[in-house]
Amino acid sequence: MRVRVLLFALYRDLAGAPEIEIEVPAGATARDAVRIVRGRGPAFERLPDQPAIAVNEVYANLETVLSDGDEVALIPPVAGG
Amino acid sequence: MSIETWITTEPIDTGRVLSATGSPDDGAILLFLGIVRRENGGREVTGMRYDAYGSMAERVLREIAGEAANTYGATHVAAVHRTGDLEIGDVSVAVAVSTPHRADAFTAGRWVIDELKRRLPVWKKEHYVDGSRWLDGSSPPVPETSP
Repeated sequence: MRVRVLLFALYRDLAGAPEIEIEVPAGATARDAVRIVRGRGPAFERLPDQPAIAVNEVYANLETVLSDGDEVALIPPVAGG
Repeated sequence: MSIETWITTEPIDTGRVLSATGSPDDGAILLFLGIVRRENGGREVTGMRYDAYGSMAERVLREIAGEAANTYGATHVAAVHRTGDLEIGDVSVAVAVSTPHRADAFTAGRWVIDELKRRLPVWKKEHYVDGSRWLDGSSPPVPETSP
C-alpha cells in the first residue's frame, strides 16, 4: 500500500523535499514508514528516527498502524505564536 | 457560543478578530496580539518566516478555541495565525475571547496562546543580518496509545 509522507520546516530543509510517496507493507506502522523514508538516501537519513508524527492531521504515536492512502506528517518541534 | 479561527498568509485583520467576539451576555473582551520582535537571544532579527501544516493547523486551532470555550466559559473565541514572510512589528497571531466576567477572559486568552504554542503545527525561521535558523520549539503532545 502507498502512503504520502509530508515534511515541514527543518525536516523539509534536511531532506530537501516537501513530501515523498512510499510503498509500505500491509500492517506497517508509522515507525516503519519513518524507517523507509530515512532509507531513501543520505539527505533523508538526516531526519530523526523517532520524530513526532501526525496521521491524517491528528497527532499519533509511532506504533499507529497505517492504511492505504494515509497521510503521515513528520512534525518538528512546533514554534507558533 | 461562537468559534472563528483561520490561518492566513494575508496581514491579520485585528478588527475582524475583535468583532468576532462580544455579545450582550459578555462583560469583557480580551485581545492578544503576538508581533515580530527585532531582537532574540541577543541577535538582531531582520524578519521571520512562518511555515504551517495548513490543513492540520486549521483543525488544531479550531479545537483549541472550542476547548477554551468549554473549559473557561468563553462565549466567543477568535484565533488567527499568519504564515509566510513577516517583517518586524507585523502581527503573527491574534486571539480574542469574550466572557461574562473579566477574570475568565484573561484566563481563557492566556490558555489559548499557551496551548497554540504547545501544539499548533507552525514553525518559524528567524532571519538575521548574517543568516537564518529554525527556532527551537516544543515537542507536540503525542498520544501514548494509538487512535
